[in-house]
Amino acid sequence: MSINITEDLQGTYKERLIWRKRVGQIFHIFLLFSILVGLFMLTVMLVDIAFNGGSWLRPELLTNYPSRKPEQSGMKSAIVGSLIVIGMTGLFSFPVGVGAAIYLEEYAPKNHLTNFINLNINNLSGVPSIVYGMLGLVVFGRMFGVFSADNFISRWLSGFADLNPTGGFVLNLFGLDFLQIHLPFGRSMVAGALTMSLLIMPVVIIAAREAIRAVPPSIREAGYALGTTKWYAISTLTIPIAMPGILTGMILSLSRAFGETAPLIIMGAFTYVPFLPESVFDHFTVIPIQIYNWITLPQENYRVHLAAASIIVMLLILFLMNGVAIYLRNKFEVKW
Amino acid sequence: MVIEMQEEAFPRVTDLQDYDYETVIEARNLTVKYGEKTAIDMIDIRIPKNRITALIGPSGCGKSTLLRSFNRMNDLIPGAVTYGEVIYNSQNLNDTTIDAVKIRRQIGMVFQKPNPFPKSIYENVAFGARINHYQGNLDELVQISLKRSALWEEVKDKLQESAYALSGGQQQRLCIARALAISPSVILMDEPAAALDPISTAKIEELMWELRERYTIVIVTHNMQQASRISDFTGFLNIDRQNPDARIGRLIEFGETDKIFFKPIKKETEDYISGKYG
Repeated sequence: MSINITEDLQGTYKERLIWRKRVGQIFHIFLLFSILVGLFMLTVMLVDIAFNGGSWLRPELLTNYPSRKPEQSGMKSAIVGSLIVIGMTGLFSFPVGVGAAIYLEEYAPKNHLTNFINLNINNLSGVPSIVYGMLGLVVFGRMFGVFSADNFISRWLSGFADLNPTGGFVLNLFGLDFLQIHLPFGRSMVAGALTMSLLIMPVVIIAAREAIRAVPPSIREAGYALGTTKWYAISTLTIPIAMPGILTGMILSLSRAFGETAPLIIMGAFTYVPFLPESVFDHFTVIPIQIYNWITLPQENYRVHLAAASIIVMLLILFLMNGVAIYLRNKFEVKW
Repeated sequence: MVIEMQEEAFPRVTDLQDYDYETVIEARNLTVKYGEKTAIDMIDIRIPKNRITALIGPSGCGKSTLLRSFNRMNDLIPGAVTYGEVIYNSQNLNDTTIDAVKIRRQIGMVFQKPNPFPKSIYENVAFGARINHYQGNLDELVQISLKRSALWEEVKDKLQESAYALSGGQQQRLCIARALAISPSVILMDEPAAALDPISTAKIEELMWELRERYTIVIVTHNMQQASRISDFTGFLNIDRQNPDARIGRLIEFGETDKIFFKPIKKETEDYISGKYG
């Protein structure tokens, strides 16, 4: 049977244009609805908090320590603790996370071991934060108990380190009090920051890898064609171009760490801290723990008003942090 | 016996003694494999000094692979293995003791798509010089390189602006300037005008003709008019026609451009030039 190509084909299309346009409109409305749900919930939360805590936003909130009297209660130690812990988390997780990302993208051989590592990094980002808290407690907080009394490491160390009255050792390597190293780290900010670093590391690595992968291969090729070594191509071309993406991942991760409570509770962050830390080995508390603490108290002034006011403070600090980070990111932004 | 028959089917182009020219790069029995797949097989070619050599052939015949093996860019492709010799300055570039980074300083490359760095025009040109620790005056070097690539007049007032503010053709000439700034003796060009409009293409071709005084240029091109217009010598590569699915690239014919285009020796070359396939 031959096909006559000049045959009139009219009537074989069922365009249904009106229906197709309607589908588009329905989809549009659904998308609008999705964003409105999120916005609505956020607005409800913000209005509720502002209503409950607005009048409790007083300077004392920033300058006072927690107190038995709600009117005099503040969150000075929590704010300082949060900022130091988050700062240290950034310092620990940035080089290690970006380093791991560079290794995996640029150096790792394509084999089963690398695939296995990739799979595990993705899985780790879904592990509950409380599990990281337990890990941190054992590894950083207690250090597997190797510094507890009556084992050979303790006996060996006691030769040249001070015994801490609360257990463990104090190494004073530089003769400066604030540079003392406490072993194990115990319920200190270092232990908390290291735990937080572990917690956000998978996300930092994944974001940094995406950013590095987004650098066009042609740029790398151009670098190699000019006689760059691998290290030089990575450090002068790949990393600067990937930096905004890497920083975006860092911002999101640190924001998450800023609001994390569970791992630090397990780690043994204190709920009542009426002093400012003198070194990174001091005891500490953070804002979310302070909020949690106030919410659990029976008095309405703590439970409702002070908690709401401290949430406002926390959100403001978060906005400020993100603002600075986004400013930095835009400074690094590569103009294409 | 079987082997002899095969050799008859694909006679190797070794009869270049007819031409009297100074060679700058010579490939001997050059074979490149990507994993199991053979990209180019047993290629012998001599690239004449201070001339423009064009490599033509249908898609996937290994032109770019051959070009990239002249400065070891194939090293960057995972799974690529090179056999045979590439002689440059009486050294075998495929010798593992020779540092690819050093070779690439002397044998520069320009790519199909303009790929300037996301930096200023000045920094783009200075980049190669900086990494190779150029000892002279950097400003002077940038100026000379941009003049040689016929871009200076257009950019002299905006050296600190982003390279991406330039048009595609200007970007490609910037990439050429960037390659010139490390004083190579050979410039490999992988379809440098494929992504450009006709006017920019004409400028690039004009520029290549000027650069030929100082540099040896090897250009891969899909555009046969371009090859016939600008090149002194032409190499025709084709996939092995006995076994087309394997897509093994071989050098079918190499010679002066006029001869390749008007009096090709091989029937295969004539068919390609006259557009019977490709």
